[in-house]
Amino acid sequence: MSGAATLPAAVAAARPRRNYARRYVWFVVPAAIVVLSVILFPWVFTLFMSAHDWKIGGGHSYVGLDNYRKLFTDDRFLWSMARTLYFTALAVVGPMVLGTIAALVFSRNFPLRGLARTVFILPMMATPVAVALVWTMMFHPQLGVLNWILTQFGLPPSMWIYDARTVIPTLVMVEVWHWTPLVMLIVLGGLASLPVDPYEAAKIDGANGWQAFRHITFPLLLPFLVVALIIRTIDALKAFDTIYVITQGGPGTSSETINIFLYLQGFAYYNMGYASAVVVVFFLIIVSLAGVLLWARNRAKDL
Amino acid sequence: MMRALEKIGFALTVLVLVSPAAMVFLWMLSLSLKTELDNTAWPPVFMPAPPVWDNFLAVFERNDFLLYTWNSVVVSFTATGLAILIGVPAGYGIAKMRATRAAMLILIARITPGLSYLIPLFLLFQWLGLTGTLTPIVVTHLVITVPIVVWVMIGFFEGLPAELEEAALVDGANIWQAFRHVAFPLARPGITVAVILSFIFSWNNFIFAMVLAGRETRTLPVAVNNMLTFEQISWGPLAAAALLVTLPVLLLTLLAQKQIIAGLTAGGVKGG
Repeated sequence: MSGAATLPAAVAAARPRRNYARRYVWFVVPAAIVVLSVILFPWVFTLFMSAHDWKIGGGHSYVGLDNYRKLFTDDRFLWSMARTLYFTALAVVGPMVLGTIAALVFSRNFPLRGLARTVFILPMMATPVAVALVWTMMFHPQLGVLNWILTQFGLPPSMWIYDARTVIPTLVMVEVWHWTPLVMLIVLGGLASLPVDPYEAAKIDGANGWQAFRHITFPLLLPFLVVALIIRTIDALKAFDTIYVITQGGPGTSSETINIFLYLQGFAYYNMGYASAVVVVFFLIIVSLAGVLLWARNRAKDL
Repeated sequence: MMRALEKIGFALTVLVLVSPAAMVFLWMLSLSLKTELDNTAWPPVFMPAPPVWDNFLAVFERNDFLLYTWNSVVVSFTATGLAILIGVPAGYGIAKMRATRAAMLILIARITPGLSYLIPLFLLFQWLGLTGTLTPIVVTHLVITVPIVVWVMIGFFEGLPAELEEAALVDGANIWQAFRHVAFPLARPGITVAVILSFIFSWNNFIFAMVLAGRETRTLPVAVNNMLTFEQISWGPLAAAALLVTLPVLLLTLLAQKQIIAGLTAGGVKGG
């Protein structure tokens, strides 16, 4: 009865509200034009080009799905895909673990915390190219400071980026150095939002620090960890600057990820059609991985 | 006893976490202030004794470093300014309309690799005859700056209480006036965050200018990378150049740490 009585009122209230909201469209129009022309137009055009044999300087002809067929029989592309997944797995796990530990550390009070935190987040803001140059110098097998550090600990020197077996873990190290702070900040934001009450109850019940972390902090923090995981996965898949500056995909093709392969196809060999097909496949990989993680997140929420 | 051990352990953890970050920047500084002899010494020389400025002088002498700095300044400021101009009202509109689908579009921009915009835009700029000017670089940088600004501003405007604007509307202001005179002044802190983040990620961007820039239109990251690949250059000047490129961003981070952290944790935004 009361529901029926309030219904017309709700409808009446909703209608002007909707018109009221629609007036704000004009605020969005300029940005929409830019987004459509710089973001959406490239997408449509990329799909179009991917169905063509398209060379800069030469002509172009329609080839249907040939570029895609070629892609999945192209060993160099398939290897770049495998390398990307290898790189991504390492470059996600490293920052997630270290970033979470760092967030737990920085959520406590200690002398000089502000300064320590500032220094800790500097890598994330630094210009990737500039930092990559310094790393390149540090990786020098004969004169690099990293091999000197290794010898100080009695360890054998490494070839770092100059050996096919160590190049990807080495690049991952740079990526971890770069992006651990972002994970730390997201998790730290999560820690700041945690309620105090469960901890007090747990303390009264005699729980130790680890138990409190395992049963209170971790479950409450999970949504933030998943957000960090999604962002990190996408960024690791997209990694380009440091890899390109430090190795350009080398030695040989041993650090050639999809993004580097894409760059070379497009802007070194000028195979625009083929590169466009790479873009489409690459984007599908990113979206599906992000989608899987989002789905996992929603499931975790329901549990 | 246990407490003391725990404290030492904690201090060591902090040290281990912070030192890689500190060491890379200190090493960059050290390389830039040493002579070539010290830079290639084994075991490495850590403290420049005495520090020399030759490397910095060399950077300014041998390259068109000032031109590239100017290019970077023009590109980052223009791309940030335009993004604020169109992104702040857009964030406001999206927040008011609760347009989640528009917000999703911004997310798609966030997850697309920068390189994928470049193939079609490269051809487009060629047809338009814009290659060799700064315009293509500014336009592509909008791909980074507009989503950052819109994203930060949506979050910010959603957090503002609606009462004040509603009061203004009741008093006969139109929505534009309510935005201009009520919401906009209240949103200044959010705009500061958006400006800082969008400037930094535009300044740091490498790939767009690398593909689109000609000899005269390189931005700093591209110029520095070219020093490594095209010239057999010694370490000192290279480190000095790298330091000069990233110094503005590092200083900005030190000055505006709070805003940067607030902005990044809000949406996990990052350019590129």
